Amino acid sequence: MNQCTERIYNGLIKENPTFVLMLGMCPTLAVTTSAVNGVGMGLSTTVVLVLSNMLISMLRKIIPDSVRVPAYIVVVASFVTIVQFLMEGFVPGLYDALGLYIPLIVVNCIILGRAESYASKNPVLPSIFDGVGMGLGFTVGLTSIGIVRELIGSGKIFGFQILPLADAASGKAGYTPITIFILAPGAFLVLSGLVALQNKIKNRAAKKGRRVIPAVSCGEGCASCGNSACSGKIFPVGNKKR
Amino acid sequence: MRELLIIAIGSALVNNVVLSQFLGICPFLGVSKKVETAAGMGGAVVFVITIASFVTGVIYQYILSNPAILGGKLVYLQTIVFILVIACLVQFVEMFLKKSIPSLYQALGVYLPLITTNCAVLGVALTNVQKEYSILAGVVNGVGTSLGFALAIVIMAGIREKIEYNDISESFRGTPIVLITASLMAIAFFGFSGLI
Repeated sequence: MNQCTERIYNGLIKENPTFVLMLGMCPTLAVTTSAVNGVGMGLSTTVVLVLSNMLISMLRKIIPDSVRVPAYIVVVASFVTIVQFLMEGFVPGLYDALGLYIPLIVVNCIILGRAESYASKNPVLPSIFDGVGMGLGFTVGLTSIGIVRELIGSGKIFGFQILPLADAASGKAGYTPITIFILAPGAFLVLSGLVALQNKIKNRAAKKGRRVIPAVSCGEGCASCGNSACSGKIFPVGNKKR
Repeated sequence: MRELLIIAIGSALVNNVVLSQFLGICPFLGVSKKVETAAGMGGAVVFVITIASFVTGVIYQYILSNPAILGGKLVYLQTIVFILVIACLVQFVEMFLKKSIPSLYQALGVYLPLITTNCAVLGVALTNVQKEYSILAGVVNGVGTSLGFALAIVIMAGIREKIEYNDISESFRGTPIVLITASLMAIAFFGFSGLI
C-alpha cells in the first residue's frame, strides 16, 4: 500500500476522528440533526482540512517554531472564511442550517491537531491525502450519527420518508417519531451509545491482547481535548505540562 | 432594560450554551469531575467571555464595520480577527492576573490557557455580530452565556461526584454515563423554554 492510500485508510478507519479519536465533538453533536447536515458539515470541514494541511505543509520550513500556532490559526481561519462565503453563495439552505458552526470550524481540534501532528512534519502530497482521509473519516462519522438521529427522530433518511408515519386521525398504523432524538438531548444519548459501543469493542480487543488506540480527547480531561491536539503545546503558558 | 434581561435569561437558561447549543463540550466533559475544579473553570470562563465579548464588540463596531475605514467592508475578516484577538486576550489576561491579582490567578490560572480552544468564546463573539447586538447587549449576552456554562458544569460536577460510587455496567463507565447525564440535564433545561 503506498503512502497516499495508507493515509486515507488511516483517516477513515484506523484513526477515525469521530469514532476512534473522538475529536471535534462540538460540531458532531450540534449539526447531526439530519444526515444531510452531517454530510454538509463533514465535507466543508474536509475542504478546510485539505487546504490548510496543504498550505501548512508547504510553509513548514518557513514558519518559525515559536509562532507556529498563531500562524496555523491564521491559515485555518482564512480558509474557513473562504468556505463560509462559498457556502453562503452556492448552498444558502445548508449555510442557514449549519449557521454558527461554519465559522466555528476554526476551533475544531481535528484541523489544528492534524496541522500540528502531521502537516508540519511531512511533505505536501501525503499531507493533502492525510487531510482527505481525516476529513472523510469525519464526514462518515457525522453522516452515520445523522442517519441514526434522523431515522429515529423523524423516520426519514436524507429527507426521504423510510418509516411510514402513524396517522391517528385516519387510524393508520405506523411509526411514531421520537422527536427528542433530533433535539439536543438526543445528541448526547446517541453519542453515549456510540462511545459505550466503542468501549465494548476496545475492552474485548484488550482482553485478546491487541494494541488499542486510546481516545485522546474529550471526556478524558479537558487538558486532553485541547492538549492532544491543541492546548498544552499551542499556548505554552507555564502550564503543568512544561 | 427589559430587553437586556431577556437576553441574559435567554442565553443563560433557555438556550444554554452547553446543553442546547453544544459549545464548550470539551471542558464540560473534561473538567467536571470535582465541584471545585468545575467552579474554577466556570469562573474563568465567565471572566474571559465577559472581557472577550466586550473587546470583540468594540473591534467590530469601531474598526471592522466602521464606514470610515475602507467603507466598513472589513466585516469579512471577523472570524480571523476574533480568534486572534481572543487568543491574545487570554494570554494577556493571564499575565495581568499573575502580576497584579495573584490570588485570583491562583484560583483561575490553570484553566485560562484551556479556554482559548473553548469554542463558546468565539461562539459568543460571532453570535453577538450575527444578532446585531449593541456592545452593551453583547456583553450582557456574554455574561448570560458564561453564567449558563458555569451553572451547567457545576451541576454536572455535583452529579458526577455521586455517580462515582455507583455500579455502572462496564461499557458505560466513564464518558458514556456522563453523556447520558448531560442528556437528562438537557431534558430538564427544556423546562425553562417557557420562561421568555
